[in-house]
Amino acid sequence: MSSHSSNDKLIYMANQIGTFFKAQDTATAPEKIAEHIKKFWDPRMRQAIIAYIDAGGGAGLDPAARQAVETLRPR
Amino acid sequence: MSFVQELDYGTPKSKAAKSVTLTIDGKQVAVPEGTSIMRAAMDAGTEIPKLCATDMLEAFGSCRLCLVEIEGRGGTPASCTTPVADGMVVRTRSERLDRIRKGVMELYASDHAVTSLDRNAGENKYVALLAMADAVGLDDVRYGFDGQRHPNAGIDDSNPYFVFDPAKCIVCSRCVRACEEVQGTFALTISGRGFESIVSAGMNESFLESECVSCGACVQACPTGSLIEKSVLAAQAVDKPADHSVVTTCAYCGVGCSFKAELHGEEVVRMLPYKDGKANHGHSCVKGRFAWGYANHRDRILKPMMRDKTTDPWREVSWQEAIARVGAEFKRLQDTYGKGSIGGITSSRCTDEETFLVQKLVRGGFGNNNVDTCARVCHSPTGYGLSNTFGTSAGTQDFDSVEHADVVVLIGANPTDAHPVFASRMKKRLRQGAKLIVIDPRAIDLVRTPHVAAAYHLPLLPGTNVAMLTALAHVIVTEALVNEAFVRERCEIDAFEDWKAFVSEPKNSPEAVAKTTGVPAELIRKAARLYATGGNGAIYYGLGVSEHSQGSTAVMCIANLAMATGNIGRPGVGVNPLRGQNNVQGSCDMGSFPHELSGYRHVATDAVRESFEKDWGVRLDKEPGLRIPNMLDAAVDGTFKGIYIQGEDILQSDPDTKHVSAGLAAMECVVVQDLFLNETARYAHVFLPGSTFLEKDGTFINAERRIQLVRKVMEPKNGYQDWQITCMIAEAMGYPMRYDHPSEIMDEIARLTPTFSGVSFKLLEEVGSVQWPCNEKAPLGTPVMHIGSFVRGKGRFLITEYVATDEKVGPRFPLLLTTGRILSQYNVGAQTRRTDNVVWHAEDRLEIHPHDAEVRGVKDGDWVKLASRAGETTLRALITERVAPGVVYTTFHHPDTQANVVTTDFSDWATNCPEYKVTAVQISPSNGPTSWQETYEEFSRESRRIASVVAAE
Repeated sequence: MSSHSSNDKLIYMANQIGTFFKAQDTATAPEKIAEHIKKFWDPRMRQAIIAYIDAGGGAGLDPAARQAVETLRPR
Repeated sequence: MSFVQELDYGTPKSKAAKSVTLTIDGKQVAVPEGTSIMRAAMDAGTEIPKLCATDMLEAFGSCRLCLVEIEGRGGTPASCTTPVADGMVVRTRSERLDRIRKGVMELYASDHAVTSLDRNAGENKYVALLAMADAVGLDDVRYGFDGQRHPNAGIDDSNPYFVFDPAKCIVCSRCVRACEEVQGTFALTISGRGFESIVSAGMNESFLESECVSCGACVQACPTGSLIEKSVLAAQAVDKPADHSVVTTCAYCGVGCSFKAELHGEEVVRMLPYKDGKANHGHSCVKGRFAWGYANHRDRILKPMMRDKTTDPWREVSWQEAIARVGAEFKRLQDTYGKGSIGGITSSRCTDEETFLVQKLVRGGFGNNNVDTCARVCHSPTGYGLSNTFGTSAGTQDFDSVEHADVVVLIGANPTDAHPVFASRMKKRLRQGAKLIVIDPRAIDLVRTPHVAAAYHLPLLPGTNVAMLTALAHVIVTEALVNEAFVRERCEIDAFEDWKAFVSEPKNSPEAVAKTTGVPAELIRKAARLYATGGNGAIYYGLGVSEHSQGSTAVMCIANLAMATGNIGRPGVGVNPLRGQNNVQGSCDMGSFPHELSGYRHVATDAVRESFEKDWGVRLDKEPGLRIPNMLDAAVDGTFKGIYIQGEDILQSDPDTKHVSAGLAAMECVVVQDLFLNETARYAHVFLPGSTFLEKDGTFINAERRIQLVRKVMEPKNGYQDWQITCMIAEAMGYPMRYDHPSEIMDEIARLTPTFSGVSFKLLEEVGSVQWPCNEKAPLGTPVMHIGSFVRGKGRFLITEYVATDEKVGPRFPLLLTTGRILSQYNVGAQTRRTDNVVWHAEDRLEIHPHDAEVRGVKDGDWVKLASRAGETTLRALITERVAPGVVYTTFHHPDTQANVVTTDFSDWATNCPEYKVTAVQISPSNGPTSWQETYEEFSRESRRIASVVAAE
C-alpha cells in the first residue's frame, strides 16, 4: 500500500475500523466507529475525511464507516 | 565507594512452608524444611567453607570442603547435600573437620595454577578458591605449586568477552551446572574421567564455536578465575581494578535485569547480574552482561551539532546555540503553520522521567498532543486489546509466575533470542515437566532445544493469528472445555454468549481454518485441549501477535482464551506480553500516546485533563494528536513541519522506509537526540547528543510492570542527562520545567497518576522494585493483576472475526516475509553493532526453505534480492527448514540491509501499529547490493559529514 494518497489511507483506516465494529454488532457499528475515530484521530484527519465526503460523495468508504464519519461533523 | 555485597548461602532457598529447628554450633536456628545444613548455618551466621556450592545452583556435593559432623550420625557428610531435620545437632568446626578440609584444600591449591596463596597478588584477587584456602587455615602446600595437574589444552580466548584457562580449573562443575540449570543451554560438560577430566564446550570445541550463548553464567559461577571476563583482566593489567559497584537496571530488552556495575572510578570494569533483582534473580544474557562497550564507542557524538540543510555537513555548536535554534525554529513553525505543526517522539529506551517530560513538553510547551512513542510500532495493540477486555493496558503476571505454569502457550515470540533471561526461567519450568505449545511460523529454538521439546508446534502462515486463535476458542467452546464457573462469576455474560455463538460457527472450526493457517486441524484441536485442560495455562506472546493488521484483534483473542479457560487472576496463568525494549511499558504508562495522559487516561476526560492543567499551570488540548505514521502522512501533506525525536531511529525501525524518508524530508526542523548519528539523523537539522543509561538517574518499567531504579554511575559524557536536555528545550519554548533530580519528576508522576501514587525513589531504594498499580490499596505493588475481579469490573469477551490482510501473495510476490530478532543483536543494532557481539551476527540473513531456494536456484550463502511491493534490498540466503515452504524470515539489525525498505505501511486497524510481520515478497539470485542500497550508502556518507576537522571524541 505504498505511496497511497492521504485520503486513500484515511478511507482504508476507517473501513478497517468499520470491519471490526461491524463484526461486534452491525446495529451499533456506526456509533462505535465514530467513537473510535474521535478517540484516536487527530482533528485534521477527521476534517480531511469529512472534506473527502463533501467533495465527492465518499467513494470507497464502507456505508457504516461513512455513517460514522457523518456524525463527526462539528456542530 | 564500596562494593555491593551479596551473601552466597551455598544452596537455593527452600520454598517449603513447614519450619524445622536444629542446632548448629550450639545455636538454635529455624529454617524451612528442605533447607541444606549449609544454608541453615549461613542463616545462623556461620559460613561453612565451600567451593562447588553456590546458591544459584542445586547442591552437588563434590568438593568435600563443606563437611560437618552430625550428632548420632557417622562420618562427615557434606553440608550442601544434607537437608536439615528437626532436632539435628550439627558441628561445623572440629579438629577432624579442620584437618580434612585443610587436606582437601591443599590438593585443590596444588591443582590450580596459582603460584602462591597470597590473595592480593595480581589476578589472585579473582580466585575465590584462595579465600577458602584462607578460611580453612591453609598456609602452605606440601606438594608444591607445579605438581601434576588436570590436562591443559591451552587458554581458550575465542569468546570476545571471557577467557577459559584450564590451568586454573579444579573441575568443580559449577560452570557446567550454571550452563544447565541457570541458562539451560547445556553447552558445557566435563569430558574425561578422574584426573583426566576437563571442562569442555560443545563437542570439544572452542567456546565460540560451541552452542555457548555467552550469557556469562559460567563465568559468574567460576570460583577459581579459570573463567574470567577479559575486561577484568584488562583492568587488572593497567592496575585499574574495580573499586566499587552500583546496582542499576539493564537498558536492553523488556526483561529488565538488575546488574551490579563494577567500576574503577567512572570506568566500567564489568556488569554482574544482581541476585536480588526480581526480574532476573542473578542471571543475564550476552547483551546486558557484556555488550556495554557502545557507551564509549568512538562513533558516539558528544557535542551538539546543527546544519541549515540536510545536505550540508554538520557543524559542532554550543549547547546554548543548539537549544536556541530548536526553540526559535519550533516557535517559527507554529507561528507560520499553526500550533499543531510540530510534535515529539518519546523513547522507550529512556527513563520514565525522561519520557514523562517529553510528553509534558509537547502537551504543555507545544500546546498540542502530537506525541507518540516507539511502542506505536510494537505493542500498542496490547494496550488497546487488553484494556478493552480486562481494563488495563499491561501484562497480568510477574515473571516468577512461570514457575507455577503447567502449560505454556508461546505465540509470536522467540524468548531465547529476544528475552533470553526470561527464556531461561521458562526453560527451567519446562524441564520440570510443564508442557509447551508454540504458535509461530518458524521453528524457534524452543520448539526443540536440549531437554525441552514443544508438545505441539503450530507453524501457521504469517497473518493468520486471528483465524488460529479463534479456532482454538472454537474447540474449547464446542468440546465443552469452558470454565463456566469462572466465566459466570467474572465476565459479562451477554458478551460471553455472543462470543460463544460466534466462535462456535463452523467457519471458525479447525477444519475450516486449516487451509488458511496451513496447520492441520487435529493439531489445532490437540493444542486447544491441552491449554484448556492441562492445569495452569499461561500465554506469553510477542510482536508476532501485535504487528499485524489485526494485531489488536489477536490480543483480544488471547484475552478471550484466558477468560474462557479461567486462566487469569492467580500465579501460573495469565496473559503476558513480552515487551521489546527496556522501557516500552514505562513509556506507555507515562502518557506517551497522543490520546492519553499518564496511567492510560484519555485527554478528552475533563477531570483528568484538569488535574494536569492545575499541576502544570497551562491549558491542555482535549483533542488527540497525531500518531507516528499520521505525523509522517501529515508531513507529506505539508501540515506537519517539525519534530523532536528523543532516542528513536524511526527511519530504520519503522516500516516502509521510503515513506518515512519522504515524511522526514518534508519537515523544516527535525531534531534528533541520540547517542549516535542514527539513520533518522540524516534528515535532521539539529543533533543533540544523548546520555547512556550509565549516565543518568531514573526508572525503567519492564514487561511485568516492575518499576526499577536506574542509577548514574558516571557523569554524562555529553554533558547532560536526557531529561535535562528536554528541560532546556522547554525553557527555550517559554515553558520552563525545573527539577533538581529525576526523583522530583517521579513525585510529579505519582501525584498525577493514581496507579503510581505510592511510587517514589525512596520506596524503590528501600524495597528494590515494585510492580504498578502501587498505591494506597497496594502499597508494595501488584505482582498478579485481576485477582477476584477485573480492573474494568467484569471481563469482556469480544468478537474476533478473522480478516485476511490485504498484503497478499500473488504471482509476482509469492512468498511471505516475516521478521524477528537474534540473541546477540538488539533491534536496529545501534548499540550491539558497536560491540564485539558482531562476531555472532555480522549481517542479516534471509532464512529460506530448501524447496523455495532450489526452485529459485539459490544456494546457501548466495546473495539474493528480496523484493516487495514497497521496495527491494539484497542480503545473503540461509537455507533452513526452520521456516515452512512459502515463508522467508530475516532479522532487521543492520542498516545496510534495511529490511524495512520492503515492509509495507499496512497497519493495525485500532492503533496503526505497522504490519511488520507479513510482507509478500519475491526472492531472486543477485550479484550484490541493489541500486537503493548503493544510493543509500552514498547518502549515508554524505549526510554524516561533520565539518570540524576533529570529529567528536
